[in-house]
This record gives sequence, C-alpha cells and structure tokens, in this order.
Amino acid sequence: MMDGSKFEDAQTGEQKIRNFNINFGPQHPAAHGVLRLVLELDGEIVERCDPHIGLLHRGTEKLMESRTYLQNLPYFDRLDYVSPMNQEHAWCLAIEKLTGTVVPRRASLIRVLYSEIGRILNHILNVTTQAMDVGALTPPLWGFEEREKLMVFYERACGARLHAAYFRPGGVHQDLPSDLLDDIDTWAKAFPTVLADIDGLLTENRIFKQRNCDIGVISEEEIQQWGYSGVMVRGSGLAWDLRRAQPYECYDEFDFQVPVGKNGDCYDRYLCRMEEMRQSLSIIHQAIAKLRAPDGQGDILARGKVTPPKRGEMKTSMEALIHHFKLYTEGFHVPAGEIYAAVEAPKGEFGVYLVADGSNKPYRVKIRAPGYLHLQSMDHVASGHQLADVAAIIGTMDIVFGEVDR
Amino acid sequence: MSDALNEMGAYLAAKRTDCVLGWDVTHDELNVDVAPSNIRDFVEFLQRDPTCKFSTLVDITAVDYPARAKRFDVVYHLLSMYQNMRIRLRVGLRDREALPSTVSVHPSANWFERETFDMFGILFTGHPDLRRLLTDYGFRGYPLRKDFPTTGYTEVRYDEEQKRVVYEAVSLVQEYRQFDFMSPWEGAQYVLPGDEKTDQKT
Repeated sequence: MMDGSKFEDAQTGEQKIRNFNINFGPQHPAAHGVLRLVLELDGEIVERCDPHIGLLHRGTEKLMESRTYLQNLPYFDRLDYVSPMNQEHAWCLAIEKLTGTVVPRRASLIRVLYSEIGRILNHILNVTTQAMDVGALTPPLWGFEEREKLMVFYERACGARLHAAYFRPGGVHQDLPSDLLDDIDTWAKAFPTVLADIDGLLTENRIFKQRNCDIGVISEEEIQQWGYSGVMVRGSGLAWDLRRAQPYECYDEFDFQVPVGKNGDCYDRYLCRMEEMRQSLSIIHQAIAKLRAPDGQGDILARGKVTPPKRGEMKTSMEALIHHFKLYTEGFHVPAGEIYAAVEAPKGEFGVYLVADGSNKPYRVKIRAPGYLHLQSMDHVASGHQLADVAAIIGTMDIVFGEVDR
Repeated sequence: MSDALNEMGAYLAAKRTDCVLGWDVTHDELNVDVAPSNIRDFVEFLQRDPTCKFSTLVDITAVDYPARAKRFDVVYHLLSMYQNMRIRLRVGLRDREALPSTVSVHPSANWFERETFDMFGILFTGHPDLRRLLTDYGFRGYPLRKDFPTTGYTEVRYDEEQKRVVYEAVSLVQEYRQFDFMSPWEGAQYVLPGDEKTDQKT
C-alpha cells in the first residue's frame, strides 16, 4: 500500500455512517426557553433543522377575543417578557388609531423614555446571554446588575418589575414620581462605563470572535425572503428602523443614529446591539430634557371615553364616577374597523392587527412577533453550520418564546 | 401618505383587473380585496413589479365570520422597504375551500400558513409541509374559529397510577364564566340571572 497503489477506503458496517437525528431542547439552556429543535446531523454539520414550537402556547389571541380592550393590555407584557412595555405600545397605538385618540405630549415622552429603557433591557439580556451561549460567563453577571436597576425604574413608574401594564390607550397609567427622572438621568450617565466594560470583555475577545464572525450570514435578499426585521436587517447593512422610516409617537423629534453592520453575521449583529444601546441612552437623555422642559409638563392621559377621569374629579362629579365604573366594567367601545399598528420593538417589528366590531371586545387580534419569523428561518440559516453554531445563531436571532408561541 | 396609497391602489386596480376585486384606503392603510385563485400570482406581482416591490411578507392570518357565506377572510400584510409602504390583501374564503400557497414566492409564508391551518383549518394547496404548528401534538379542532370554546375540549393531568400524562374531556367545576358587561340599553344579548322566570310565569 505504501507503493502508491490504489487504496480503497475500507468501509466496514460500522463505518457506513448515517445521519444522526438529535433533539435540541426543550430544556437546553441555550434554547432560550422551550424550543425543541429536531436536528439532522452529518457528523457535526447540521443538515436539517426543524423547530418545534408551541410548547409555551397560551392561546393569547383566543383569550383576547373574550376580554375588553383594557383587560387585554396585560397580555402584551407576557409576550416578550424581556421588554414588556414595547409590546403594550403597539396595542395602545392600534386602539388610538381606531378611536382617533391624541396622546398628550408628556405621556408620549414618557412612552419614548420607557420604550428605550425596554430596548436597553432587551439588548443587555440578549448580548450577554448570547455571549454565555458561546462560552462566556462574566457578561451576564455584569449585565444583569444593570437590568436589575432598570427594572427598579419600571417598578417605580408602575409598581411592577416585569408585567407593567403601564402604557394605556390614551397615555400612560400614572405620572412619574418627581425624583425618578433624576435617578434615570444619573443611571444613564453611569451606564456607558458598564457598557464599555462589557465591550472590553467581548468585542476583541478571540474566542467570542471565533464563535461569531462569519456565522449565520444574512444577505439583503434573505432579509426580503424571510421577512426579517430589527437588528437582523440592520446587521446586514440596511438602515431600516421603523422609528425612522415610519415614525410613530414622537420619535421624529429625537436625534439618533441607526447603526448598521457590514457583513450580516452574528458578530455584526452584536456590534449593532451594543451601538443601539448607546443610541437609546442618547434618546433617554433627550427625553428627560424634554420631560423637564415647560412644554413637557401636563396631563398624562387624554381625558375622554377611553381613559378614566381624574381621581379628584371622581370625588365631586357623579358623571365622572359613573364613567369610571363603566370604564372598568363594560370597558370602552372601539369603532368597527381594522388596523395594523407596528412598533420597532428591540427584537424587530412587533405588530398588532386588530379587527374591531364596534363592541367593547376585539373581534380578532393577530400578534405579529418578530421572533416568529426569525426562528422559522432556522433551517435555512443553520444548515451547513456546526452544531455548536446553532446556539450562537439562536442567541443572535433574539428569540423569546413568550412572543413566538403567544 | 394617503395620496401615495390612493395612487398605488389605482395603479394596482388598473394593472391587475383579474386579481383586484376592490380597494380602499381607510385609516391611512391600503386594503385590496383579491380573488382567492389569483392570490399567489398577485403576491408575486407585488413582489416583482418595480413600482410596488412589496418584497417583505409581514403577516398572514385569518378572521372568522361564521355568519357569512364566505366564512373566512384570509389577510395578508406586505411591506415594501423600498417604497416605505404597507399593503393589506383580503381574500374571502368559504369553509373547506383551499387557497393557493404563497410559500414559493415568500419562504416566510411557511409558518404563517401552517399557523392559519392550525388555528382555522384553512388548507393551502402547494404548501410543502402543512402540519400543525402551535397546538399540541395530536390536537383536534381549530381553536381560533368562533365556534371553538375558549376552554377547549380536552385537558391533561399527570396520572399517578399510569405514571404518565393522560388526556381527559374538560370538566368544569363551575360553568365557564363569560362576563358580559355590555349595557342592556346598548344591545347586550343576555338574560340577567333570575329574569328567565318572569317569562315562564306569563
């Protein structure tokens, strides 16, 4: 054989290798929840990937059909539980569009402020846990400390750390306590240091780069084919941000940049998320300045049929008392029609398609979650990658099962 | 924005007379009613045509109107990142009528159509893999139809004797409480508890 004569690769029965099917999840820590992937592996290369979802399906859309508009609001916190208020925002916008409610300026600014806090909440979680999926343990420990502080800001505004139910149709539930703005301001000034720390841990880290560069590359064509949104689009160089492209609330008066990536791989998406956090901080600073300005004062609810009367008014006016009672039992009526309202949630375009029939309950609600479309392209993106890259790709797609399974 | 939408609606109606049954702009949104058999071609046209370029599929869902002859409205939302415009397509569909699948045009339609099949029982012809998606393995019925009860028909529990999860018919310890706070003066369709006796007396 050493003389160069033809060598037939000896294939005994055991060496005739067939593809291997494995279950990834539903309890795998890198599955970010209850994801079950059926992977077909050729050695370590993923040949086929079939996500099985629905393990967290709670029938939100069905439940919403038998509840009033206001009772439905808290369901949105439970969709993407990493950034609850951004979800509520889409629901409020849909109702406001159908009823023609104009939100007062102060409420609008508070919404922007808390949407951006939500964005930072989400990106901290995503960046740091994605780093954990590829082997780093320190970032989540450092990041979660900051998330805790942000959750305290949530709590101080609405009383709940997670399930806020703070954005209401017509404004926000309550005005902010007087010292909260100062504390958010102090935090926002200190946060860049923490961000720089995480940056120092990850950005030039050799292992992190090896695990993320050139993994899960997305092209412009694939964005269109698979209906991507959010960072999945921006990581590939398209400056598509609903806050800029189709401004809602009062985002058009804020000054911020839309960071885009160059290569469309996991690493560029990580960089985009880091930069988006810095942009969100800038929006937070601007929002605080605007909230402190004289025209940022005033009421936080558009007083009318969809919102409760003021407490003081209820003590003196019978009409206000009746209105309050009717609002919280019967609920308000939304004129018949259909509407699609979308916000730039941290994960991408979060939309609500609402069909109203003129009663106090929605006739049909469809929740359009960005993670749903990202996850469905798993087969396309992960095929040809190593098994270990699957975890990195799931992490970078920013999937949370609350919103995928609904 | 409305002008651009009106322009687009008129353009589509003129260009694809075979597909467009009607169109309107309400709440600053463009709605187009499309004939069921032509939906695939129309979506492809919207994707390819340089003045439209509705290349991103945002959503596919359905709405159930049991009283109508055409029971379902299948609703497509499309987005053009290039024109910065959205469009909604509505397709009226009878019960047990199938709809051509759009997966060959938009791969992202795959799960949306699976979900619509799962929740409403609408069949999509030409779909590569029309399995249930969100509901339990072996689930029966179509939950988002209006005639499907919110409680469902089956419930699961862990059986200590058989050492496994067993499926049973739903048994409610009290009647499912559907609170209807609609004012009786504004057309609430229910009889207040106790009021049914007055009819019996007379």
